[in-house]
Amino acid sequence: MSTTTGHSADLDFPQPEPIDMASGKYVKIWQGPQHPGITGNMSLELVLDGDTIIDCKTHVGYLHRGFEKLMEHRTFIQNFTVVCRIAVPEPAFNEYLYAAALENLSGIEAPERAQWIRTLNLEMMRLASFMMWIGGMSAAFGLYTVPNWTTAYRDYVLDLFEEMTGGRIYHMYMVPGGVRAGLPAGFAKRIREVMDGADKLLDQVERVMFNNTVFKARTKGLGIITPDMIDPYGIVGPNARGCEITRDLRKDEPYLVYDQLDFDVVSGSDSDAYERSYLRLQETRQSIDLIRQCLDGMPGDGPFQADMPNMLHWQIPPGQTYVKAECTRGEYGYFMVTDGSEFVRRVHVRGPSYTHAIAVMERLAVGTNIADIAGLMVSLHTYPPEIER
Amino acid sequence: MANELMNTMLNRLKTDFSVSDIIERKPALTTLKVARENAERLIRELRDREGFTHLSFITCIDYIEDGIFTLVYMLHNYDSNDTLGVEVDISRDNAEMTSIHTLWAQAWTYQRELREMFGINFPGSPRLEEDFCLEGWDDIPPMRREFDTKKYSSDQFGHREGRHSEQPREHMKVTLYPTRGGDE
Amino acid sequence: MSKDQNKEVALKNDGLSEDEKLYFSDARPRPYEPYSIKAVEDFANWARANSLWILAFGTGCCSIELRPLMTARFDISRFGVAGRPTPRQSSLFIIGGYVSVKTLKRIIRSYEQMQGPKFIIALGSCPANGGMYFDSYNTINQFDLYLPVDMYITGCMPRPEALLSSILELQEDIKAGNCDGANRYVNNLDWYKANQKKVIKNWDMPDYNW
Repeated sequence: MSTTTGHSADLDFPQPEPIDMASGKYVKIWQGPQHPGITGNMSLELVLDGDTIIDCKTHVGYLHRGFEKLMEHRTFIQNFTVVCRIAVPEPAFNEYLYAAALENLSGIEAPERAQWIRTLNLEMMRLASFMMWIGGMSAAFGLYTVPNWTTAYRDYVLDLFEEMTGGRIYHMYMVPGGVRAGLPAGFAKRIREVMDGADKLLDQVERVMFNNTVFKARTKGLGIITPDMIDPYGIVGPNARGCEITRDLRKDEPYLVYDQLDFDVVSGSDSDAYERSYLRLQETRQSIDLIRQCLDGMPGDGPFQADMPNMLHWQIPPGQTYVKAECTRGEYGYFMVTDGSEFVRRVHVRGPSYTHAIAVMERLAVGTNIADIAGLMVSLHTYPPEIER
Repeated sequence: MANELMNTMLNRLKTDFSVSDIIERKPALTTLKVARENAERLIRELRDREGFTHLSFITCIDYIEDGIFTLVYMLHNYDSNDTLGVEVDISRDNAEMTSIHTLWAQAWTYQRELREMFGINFPGSPRLEEDFCLEGWDDIPPMRREFDTKKYSSDQFGHREGRHSEQPREHMKVTLYPTRGGDE
Repeated sequence: MSKDQNKEVALKNDGLSEDEKLYFSDARPRPYEPYSIKAVEDFANWARANSLWILAFGTGCCSIELRPLMTARFDISRFGVAGRPTPRQSSLFIIGGYVSVKTLKRIIRSYEQMQGPKFIIALGSCPANGGMYFDSYNTINQFDLYLPVDMYITGCMPRPEALLSSILELQEDIKAGNCDGANRYVNNLDWYKANQKKVIKNWDMPDYNW
């Protein structure tokens, strides 16, 4: 269910007063392009008046590879191998959405077991991504214990990925039509061990990070997103759910097997950095629970890939589609246009960080203290590779 | 939105805004085409009165063979979970389109990217001349179909030859076992 | 190298305006010479090899494996490697993954500010031959046209163990006195600069970033 946010007024774009840099009162500094959460390269051009930021401009483009152009020159099956590199810290959603868009356009449906395996893979990806994010969030405030715990524990999840798909970070596992292979023998037992350990670790993280006076003092009241900002800025994901707006694509527009899984949408009350962080911790726990449910509900046998035509010369009839999934940051979408040839006509990747990192960041940064700007950037959970693709 | 409500809305849009080519791509995803002069009014109507308050993205498809750019505005209605793609055709030469930066706060970023990648002008959009991804770019907008990215890459950045490797069959026939003869 | 360094031609710094030229030096960089006593040079090489501090700048995809490397499982700090935020304090630059033109300008700027002896490891296939993005209009195909590379690691992406073993190999190379990437850069500065300026169109920084 969603609450209306009453968006029908026009936005104002007042001409900003030019800042007189020659007066010596203001300092211009650049934050970036490298930044603490190692999520990607993005820089902020900040103008400071003392300690307070009065102007912020986001600069992206350090990771621009022209993916959408490259994808037009590769056949469908060649694209499958490169597409996971669009969002570097969380690649599995790209593979799934690319496969789902092609399946949509060509009328193929992945078999039941493949859908369960895909859901398992996506939830494990969410878990790994959230764990790295928790590390990045606490490192932005100087608490370096937590990243050492969570990033190290994430390695166990990457080991599981390696066993399942062959690769730690880039899996290239979800082909159009299903998945590339079934699960190895004894895999469920190993996943459950890792999940039990993750539960204990998250309890410790909660004690050390979220019950920490310094962390609370620094993040409460930082970067508040009000409900009337949600629709005008297109804010999605945990950034929006922090304001009691219970929108989650896995519940509203279920895909894969999410309609057979049992979970509640997590939301917070007033969306400041602390609330958003705590919400993401709860969603990490939710991912662990969903992984266990996937293992319980997984069909024991069945094909893991549909019958596919000859992939080397696969032509898809002309059409358009838009598929979405709920990644850790919100609505991740692939818009695809085909024209009957062996190449895709146009692909547009809609990353949630596109608006979070630019429009929202520039609005929230004004008025914050320079010491908190890194934390604010990480609390919006932006991954720059998906902004400029 | 129940199908009747959606159909009623689409019929009304057909008469009021002359939309055409209404295609249901899959359940809850519909695309329609509108003429350029009615596009901004239509999008505003969808946002204010029909509940399509979320702008997912603005992108462009280059139909070089027809000489047009097709802009796609993907709107989403959170109450009924419907997605509607509004397509607008503009000409490829001197491409220009009304700006919708006052309707959504992320629209000006999309318009800035489209100007850099395709060369479409949006008069009035803030910070349109700022570089988005490319720095010091002096060629044609790279996402256009006539831009040859492989050639540009070889000219600018060169090409490193790969390792030399033999074709196994040829190598065996010619080098390893030349006296054997015949296909075995 | 002879001692008549001050007779060398100064750099032109064409990318700067006249006011800005006052702020930046136009002297050419000089190669550093090894110590005259071999034992001292060996000792210095041993010290350099065991205290490689990296500049914490992840340039592309491959740098996502740098974070697990610093945790307890792979533990790169037992080899003396620590991440530093500024180029002034680092001696090893790990080029993680593909390099877009915009990032290349910042890499050059950071590399030249590092103090010699300095080394570069090129991680992944992308700096070697363009990798997956060989036909992209924004990523370079051959990194060693622009900066000297001491060690390549192929893979897409290479495992953390690959990076660890390459650091060990680099340490052996440094102790043997073979790693002279910084000197190579300075001795062929004009060639490197010509390659860099061909690709970076908006050169608004000094010719050598001291």
